Amino acid sequence: MIWESWSAFWDMGGRGFFVWGSYGALLIAIVAELMALRSARKKALESVVELKRLP
Amino acid sequence: MARTEQQSNDRFQGRWFWRYASPAAFYPVAGRIEKLSWALAAILAIVGLYIGFFRAPTDAQQGEVYRVIYIHVPAAWMAMIIYLAMAFWAATGLVLGTRLSFMMSHALAPTGAIMAVIALWTGALWGRPTWGTYWVWDARLTSTLILFFLYVGYIALAAAFDDKKKGDRASALIALVGAVNVPIIYFSVNWWNTLHQGSSVRPGSSSMASIMLTAMLIMTFAFWAYCVAAAMHRLRTQIIEREAETKWVKELVK
Repeated sequence: MIWESWSAFWDMGGRGFFVWGSYGALLIAIVAELMALRSARKKALESVVELKRLP
Repeated sequence: MARTEQQSNDRFQGRWFWRYASPAAFYPVAGRIEKLSWALAAILAIVGLYIGFFRAPTDAQQGEVYRVIYIHVPAAWMAMIIYLAMAFWAATGLVLGTRLSFMMSHALAPTGAIMAVIALWTGALWGRPTWGTYWVWDARLTSTLILFFLYVGYIALAAAFDDKKKGDRASALIALVGAVNVPIIYFSVNWWNTLHQGSSVRPGSSSMASIMLTAMLIMTFAFWAYCVAAAMHRLRTQIIEREAETKWVKELVK
């Protein structure tokens, strides 16, 4: 391992805010996109069910 | 434009791609591509991040903050590549009149916009400790911001019409006109004096240490796979929405 300890890893040579701020934003963006994909699919399938119910 | 599907169908009779231009035929294929891409994205991201954070050394000039590169560059590349792919499918839709092409184009746009945001955000957080500022109005940064606005404009225009066909065509025009911005972004660091560094990856000669470059390229493929998976998922949702009246879609739900 190139890091002396886990705290050195999280500290990122004093630049933790910038490094983890970047990776954190990516994580949030991915989670948000996955949730949006899921809810859009659910909505689409529900409207097909609606459509089927009509005579 | 007025070419009907039947006419196009006759024209391309017997060609394999025509079969998959039908939403019903491509739906299961997209599902298989999606599954494979999610798996690839996860595996590549784990390997790429492991090499990037636990094998690649500290950068001699920048220290540890350079590790933002493993997501900044892939996101910026994907933002440009997705825009070109979107423009390609928009053009295909306009020329051939294929419904699936427009759906493909629409499916790519939100992921492209997210990639542009990630490129800008990580760039800002990287710029602060290395340049002393989160933002400057230089060519590379400004043209990337314009790319984001093009995505937003495309998405808004595609959704603005009650008649889906009008929305398809209007948004396809934005996609095509906006495509000129992509080479501007790519070459901006050569054409103008800019705070942004030049390309560190060029065919044949790269200025990066090879282990850093390896991690960055693996992360690029991870991003690529992620974007394909997300676009395929969105495409399948679009097919369900637009083909809701057809028998085969109705049979999808119990």
